[in-house]
Amino acid sequence: MKLLKLVPDDTNIDFVRLRKMAFALTLLLSLLCVGLTFARGLNFGVDFEGGLMIEEKFAAAPDLDHVRKVVDSLGVGDASLQQFGDPRTITVRLPVQQGADEGATNAVVKKVEAALAQNFPGATFSRYSTVSGKVSGELIRNGVLAVVLAILGIGLFAIFRFEWQFGVSTVVAIVHDLLMTLGFFALTQFEFDLNIVAAVLTIIGYSINDKIVIDDRIRENMRRYRKMDMREIINLSVNETLPRTVMTSVTILLALFALLFLGGHVLRGFTAAMILGIVVGTYSSIYVSSSLLITLGLRAEPPAPAANADRAERIGPREG
Amino acid sequence: MLDFPRWKVLSIWALLAVLVALAIPSLLPQRITDQWGHIPHPRINLGLDLAGGSYLLLEADVNDLQSSRLEQMREQVQTEMRRQNPRIEIGDISTRDGKLTFMLRDPTQVDAARERLLSITGGGAGMTGQREWDIQVVDTSRFVLTPTAAGLNQAVDRAMGDATEVVRRRIDELGTREPTIIRQGSSRIVVQVPGLQNPQALKDLLGKTAKLEFKLVDATATPDQLRNKQAPIGSQILPYPNNPAGIPFIAVKRSAIITGDMLTDARQEFSQQTNEPQVAITFDSQGGRRFAKVTQENVNKPFAIILDNSVISAPNINEPIMGGRASISGSFTVDSANQLAIALRSGKLPVALKVVEESTVGPDLGADSIRAGILASAVAVALVVAFMFVTYGRFGVYANLAVIINVFVIVGVLALINGTLTLPGIAGFVLTIGTAVDANVLINERIREERHRGRSIVQSVELGYKEASRTIFEANMTHAISGVIMFVLGSGPVKGFAVVLLIGIVTSVFTAVTFTRMLVAGWLRRAKPKTINI
Repeated sequence: MKLLKLVPDDTNIDFVRLRKMAFALTLLLSLLCVGLTFARGLNFGVDFEGGLMIEEKFAAAPDLDHVRKVVDSLGVGDASLQQFGDPRTITVRLPVQQGADEGATNAVVKKVEAALAQNFPGATFSRYSTVSGKVSGELIRNGVLAVVLAILGIGLFAIFRFEWQFGVSTVVAIVHDLLMTLGFFALTQFEFDLNIVAAVLTIIGYSINDKIVIDDRIRENMRRYRKMDMREIINLSVNETLPRTVMTSVTILLALFALLFLGGHVLRGFTAAMILGIVVGTYSSIYVSSSLLITLGLRAEPPAPAANADRAERIGPREG
Repeated sequence: MLDFPRWKVLSIWALLAVLVALAIPSLLPQRITDQWGHIPHPRINLGLDLAGGSYLLLEADVNDLQSSRLEQMREQVQTEMRRQNPRIEIGDISTRDGKLTFMLRDPTQVDAARERLLSITGGGAGMTGQREWDIQVVDTSRFVLTPTAAGLNQAVDRAMGDATEVVRRRIDELGTREPTIIRQGSSRIVVQVPGLQNPQALKDLLGKTAKLEFKLVDATATPDQLRNKQAPIGSQILPYPNNPAGIPFIAVKRSAIITGDMLTDARQEFSQQTNEPQVAITFDSQGGRRFAKVTQENVNKPFAIILDNSVISAPNINEPIMGGRASISGSFTVDSANQLAIALRSGKLPVALKVVEESTVGPDLGADSIRAGILASAVAVALVVAFMFVTYGRFGVYANLAVIINVFVIVGVLALINGTLTLPGIAGFVLTIGTAVDANVLINERIREERHRGRSIVQSVELGYKEASRTIFEANMTHAISGVIMFVLGSGPVKGFAVVLLIGIVTSVFTAVTFTRMLVAGWLRRAKPKTINI
C-alpha cells in the first residue's frame, strides 16, 4: 500500500528568511486587531454583560422586524435579536432590568414569552438565562484571570524546562494568538460568552503544544550541531517538524469541522474560535515564537569546560 | 524500550478492559441499567445544557444577616440585664451603623454589666479564641458592641450551612428528580434541577424566608395612623395586601404569641366550610399551651398571621383554640397553600437568598444538542481514523485502536468520578480525539525520520518512541496547566470542558504512548519484518 505523505521528505524551506516581512505583517495585523476590538467592541453574551437572553424556536422562519416590534412594544428595554443557526431559532437579548430584582427579571421573561407565543403561533422557548450585573462582573474577572494565569503558568514552564528566550517568545506568540482571536470576534460580532473563554484557553493550550514541539526540536538540534548558525538550526527544526505540524493541524481541523457543521448551533461560535486558533497558532509557532528566538539572541550552548572553569578544582601551594 | 514482559502486557490489557467496562452503563439506556440492581453501574451525569432543566445561583444577603444579628443581640442584652439580680436598668438602646449601643442608668454597674455581656458575646471563643463582639465603654456609662469580622464570618458560615439544608429540604419536598444543591464560596448556593422546565415555583419557594409569627392585632390604630404608618406605642405597622378593610396595612402588637419554631407540622388541606385551600398547622406542646392561653384571653379579638413580616390573614378568635392545632386561611390557591406548607415545614431560612443567575434549557434543545454532539463525535472519529490509516498504514491502525479505546476510557473514568458531561464537554471530547492523535503523529513521524536517516527498524521504532515521549510529555504538561486553570476558575460549562480535557490528557498519553508501543513491540517480535511501511 502506498501511504499518504502530505509533506515530502527533506523539505528545506527557508522560513527564517521571510521573518522580517512576517514580523511587519504580524505587527500590522495585531495592531489592526487591537484597533478593531476597541472600535467595534465585543458582542458580550449575557454571562458577561448581565441581563437576560431568551432563545425561542419558531414554527416557521419569522420576520425579524415583526419580532422586534413585538418585543419593543412590551417596554422592557432595547432588545437585540440574533438569528442562531437555522432561521427558525432566534435569541432575544435584553439589558439588566431596572430594580435589578429577580422578580422583575422573571416577569420580563414571562411577558416576552407570552407575547411571542401569542403573535407567532407554535413558538416555544428553547432556553433562557438571566445574569445579574454583579455575577457578570465576577465572570469577566475570572475569565481574564484564567487567561492571564494560563499564559504566565505556561511561560514559566517553558522557562523552567528550556531557556528564558523560549519562555519570552512563547508568551509573545500567545499574546499574538489572543489578539487575533479578539479581532476575529470584534470583526464577526459573534457572541463572546463564557464558552469562548474556554475556547481561548484551549487555543492557548494548543498553540503552546505546537510551539513546544518545535522548541524541543530546536533544543535537540542545538545540542547536536553546536557550531551551526541559529538561523539554520531553526530552519532545520521547523522543516523537520513540518510533517507533524501539518498532520496534526489537519486531523484536529477534520475533527473541528465535523463539530462546526454537525455539532449544533450552541457550539458554533466556540468551534469557529477554535478553528481560527489552530490556524493562527500554527502560523505563530513558525513566524512569531521561533523567529523571535533569533532576535532574542538565543545561541547554541557554549562548550562545556568554559562554563565550569571557575568552579573547577585547583591545586596550589599551601598557605602560611 | 521495546521489551514488554508478559505481566506488563496482561496488566495493561486488564486496566484498559476495566476502564472500558466502566463506560458501558453510560452508553446503555437508563431503563436497562436500572434493572441491574446491586451490580455497580456508574453513569455519567448529563449537564443541564444536555438534559434540560434549571440552574439557579442564590446569594445570601449578608447585610440582612448582619442587621438581624444586631436585632437578636439587642433582645439578648435586654433579657440578660433583666434576668439576674440585681437588675441592671438600661436605656437609649439603638442599633445604628452596624453597632449596638445602650446607656446604663446607674454608672456604678459598669463592671457588672460588662461581666454579663461577656457571657453572651463570646460565641465560639472557646474554639477559635476570637470574640464575636467587641465591647467598648464610652463616657463612663455608654456601651458599644461592635460585631467582629471573625464573628460575622462565622455567623455567615453557620447561616449558609443551615440555609443549604433548608433549600435542600424545600426542593426535596417539591418532588423533583436528583437536584444538586451545593454551597459555593462564602455566601452562595448553586441549585441545579434537571428536567425542571419552569423554575418559577422553585424560585417562589426559595425566595420565602418563612418566618412565621402570630401576633395580636392592635385595633386602636385609626385608619389615618395606618395610612401614615404611625404605630401606636407597643405596636408596629405591617403590610397586609389582602386586607378586606381596603387599607393594605394593619397594626399589630410588637410581641409575638407564637413563632415558627414552635411548629411541628404544616399541610395543605381544604376548608370544610368553604372548600377553599388552606394550611393546617400543628404546634409543639409549648406552642400549643401558649396559643391556648392567648386565645382564651382574647376571644372576639383578631390576631394576625404574619409570614416574612407581611400579614397574610387576620382572623377573629371566635373561641379558644386548644390542642395546638390551627389552620391558616386566606386567598390561597392549592399551589400557594402547598408552597407555604412546604416552607413552614422545612424551617426558616436563616438568611434571605436572592437569585443572581438563572438559566433554563428546554428539553428539545438538550436532546438536539446530544444528538448533534454524538453525530459530530462519530464523524470526527471516522474522519480521523481514515486519515491516520491512509497516512501511517499499520502504525495508523494501532493509533486508531488507541484513539477508540481512549474514547471509551474517558467515558469510563468520567462515570467513575461521577462527572458531568456538558455541551462544551462534548467539544472537549472531540478536541481530545484530535490531540490524542498528535502523540501518535509525533511518534510515527519520528520513526519515519529515523528510518530515513538509515537506522534499523527496531532502532527507529525505539528512538521514535524515546524522542517523541519527551516532547509529548512537555506538550501535555502545558495543556494540563491551562486545563487546571480552567477547572479552578471556570464555572458551569467551562468546568465541564476542563474535566474532560484533563481526563483526556492522562488517558491519551497512556493509550497513545504505552498502549501503542506495546502493540508495535508485539508485532515486531512476532513478525520480525524485514521492512516497514511507514
